[in-house]
Amino acid sequence: MSTPSASASAAPQGAHPPLLELQGIRLAFKAVRAVEDVSFKVRRHEICAVIGPNGAGKSSILNIVSGVYRPDAGSVAFDGERRSHMLPRQTAQQGIARTFQNIAVFKGMSVLENLLTGTTLRFESSWLEQLLWLGRAKGAERREREHAERVLEFLELQPYRDAPVGRLAYGLQKRVELGRALAAAPQLLLLDEPMAGMNASEKQSMSEAILDVNRQLGTTIVLIEHDMRVVMDISDHVVVLDHGRVVGDGTPDEVRQNPDVLRAYLGSRRQAAQTQSQSAASDITDPPDASAILAASAPAASAASAAPAPSPASIAAST
Amino acid sequence: MNFFLETLIGGLLAGVLYSMVAIGFVLIYKASGVFNFAQGSLLLFAALTFVSLTERGFSFWVAFLLTLATMAVVAVLIERFLLRPLVARSPITLFMATLGLSYIIEGVAQALWGADVHGLDLGIDDVPFPIGPISVSRFDLIAAATAGLLVVGLALFAGRSRLGLSLRAVADDPLAALSLGVRLPKIWRWVWTLAGLVGLIAGLFWGSRSGVQFSLSLVVLKAMPVLVIGGFDSIAGALVGGLIVGASEKLAEVYIGEIVGGGIENWFPYALAIASLMVRPAGLFGERAIERV
Repeated sequence: MSTPSASASAAPQGAHPPLLELQGIRLAFKAVRAVEDVSFKVRRHEICAVIGPNGAGKSSILNIVSGVYRPDAGSVAFDGERRSHMLPRQTAQQGIARTFQNIAVFKGMSVLENLLTGTTLRFESSWLEQLLWLGRAKGAERREREHAERVLEFLELQPYRDAPVGRLAYGLQKRVELGRALAAAPQLLLLDEPMAGMNASEKQSMSEAILDVNRQLGTTIVLIEHDMRVVMDISDHVVVLDHGRVVGDGTPDEVRQNPDVLRAYLGSRRQAAQTQSQSAASDITDPPDASAILAASAPAASAASAAPAPSPASIAAST
Repeated sequence: MNFFLETLIGGLLAGVLYSMVAIGFVLIYKASGVFNFAQGSLLLFAALTFVSLTERGFSFWVAFLLTLATMAVVAVLIERFLLRPLVARSPITLFMATLGLSYIIEGVAQALWGADVHGLDLGIDDVPFPIGPISVSRFDLIAAATAGLLVVGLALFAGRSRLGLSLRAVADDPLAALSLGVRLPKIWRWVWTLAGLVGLIAGLFWGSRSGVQFSLSLVVLKAMPVLVIGGFDSIAGALVGGLIVGASEKLAEVYIGEIVGGGIENWFPYALAIASLMVRPAGLFGERAIERV
C-alpha cells in the first residue's frame, strides 16, 4: 500500500503527477461513437466521480481504464506509465481493481471465498508448491486468509462470512463485490454505479464504506454514480461527460456552477421526458436518467414543481 | 423382490460409467462454456494410449502417468490452437470446432497406435460379489468406488485449492475473474487436462469392459441423456443423472421390454431425457438461466 509522504502532500499541485491520466480517448462501436475525445486527470488519494446522462460514455471510460475495451485513439497513463490501451490482467497486476455495473460477485461461493479470489495475484506460488503444500504456498495462503479476514472486518461483513453470496440481500452483494476489489489492495479502485438500485440506508452505508476506504486506506477511487446528492457529498473531483465529451471538470462546487454542465443535463431533459413512460415500465434497477436526479437534488429546478421556471443559477443555489 | 433389487443395483452401478463420461463434459462446460463433443475422442485417445503403452511392457502406473502427461500436452495444444483463437465466439461455433476436433483426435490416435481392437485387462475379476441375499458385479463395485473417489477428489480440489477457487470464479463470471487477474488460458489448460484425466479413468473401465476400439468414442452419445437429466453445469448432476439413466434403462428393459419385445435399453434414456427437458429444462442440478426481461 502506498503511503503519502508529508513532503509530497505539502508540495504544490502539479509537482505531484496524477495517478491516472486519460488523453484524447476515442472509442466507437461500429457507427456508434461512445467516446469522442476525453481527457482528464485523477490525482492520488482523491475520490473522482464521473457523471453524465445515460449514454454519455461513462462506463466505456471505466472499461477502457480496466482494459475491457481498447480505445481507437488516445492513451491512458497510470502511475507514470503511458499506454495506448490497458489489458485486464496487466491492470490487475498494476493495482487497479474494479466493480461492475451489473453485480458480478461469484454467487456460488461464500463471502470469504469471494474475497479470497480478489487476492489471486498476490498469491504467487507454483502449482507444485500448492500441490505439495510446501514453502511459499503455506505461508502465503495463511497471509492471504488473514488479509481477507481484515477486509471482511473492515466492511463489517463478518456475520455473513460463510454464507453463499447468491442468497444475500442486494446491498450486501454490492458490498461483497467492493470487498473483493479491496482484497487486491489496489492503488486505484473503479466503481461502476456502486449504489445503483439501493435504498436510502443501503446508499448511506455504501457511501460511508467508500469514504472509509479512501480516508483510511488512501485508495484513489474513480466512481460512476447517478445519485447527485451522493456524488456531491463524497467526491473531491467531478468529471461530467455528455455525448462522449468532457463538459465539466472540477470540484463539486465548480461543476455545479458550470453552465455547460447545466446545459448538458437540462438539454437532455426534454428527451428524458419523452422516454419517461417507457423507462417507468422497464426494470426497476435501471438507474433513472441522470438529469432527473440532478433535478431531484435541486427541487426548485424540478419541472413538476410549482416554483418559477428554473434558471441555471437557481439550481446551483438550491443544492 | 431380490431380482428387482439386483437389476436396480446392477443398473445403478452401470450408470456410474456413464457418469464418469459426463463429468468430463461438465468440467469443460463449466469453465469455458464449451459443449465439448470431443470428450468421447479424448476418452478413446487416453484408453488407446494407455493400452498401447502397457502392451509395450510398461507397468500400470507408469503407463497411467505417461498417458496423463500426454493428455496434458493435448490440453495445451487445444488451448493454444483452438480455444484461444476462438475466444468469445458463439457456443455453436465452439461446438462445431470440438466436433471437428473429435475427428482430428481420432485420426491422430489411428496414426499413432493403429486401428486394431485391443483387449484391456485391469486385473479386476468380474465375479459376482454377494451382498446379503443379492449379488452384484465386483467390477461394477470397483468402478463405482473409483467414480466416488473421483467426485470427492474434484470437490476437494475445487473447494480447497487456490486453483480450484480460480476455476470456480471463471465458471461463475469470466469477465469478473479476468479483472482480478485470473489467467484464462491457464485455467483452460488445467480444465482440459482434468477432463483428460477423467476421460482416461472412464476409458479404462469402458475399455476393459468392451475392448479398446474406435467405437469407444461413441460413449459421448451415451453421456448426452445423462447431461440433459442431471444438468450440464453440475458434477453432482452428472453423477445422479448417470445413476438414473443406468437404473432406468435396465429396469425398463427387464419390465417393459418383456411386453414390447425388448430393445428398449437403447432408446429409453433418450426418451427420458426428452421428458426431462419438458419438465426441467436446466436438468435436476443445473443452474436455471434467469434473464432480465
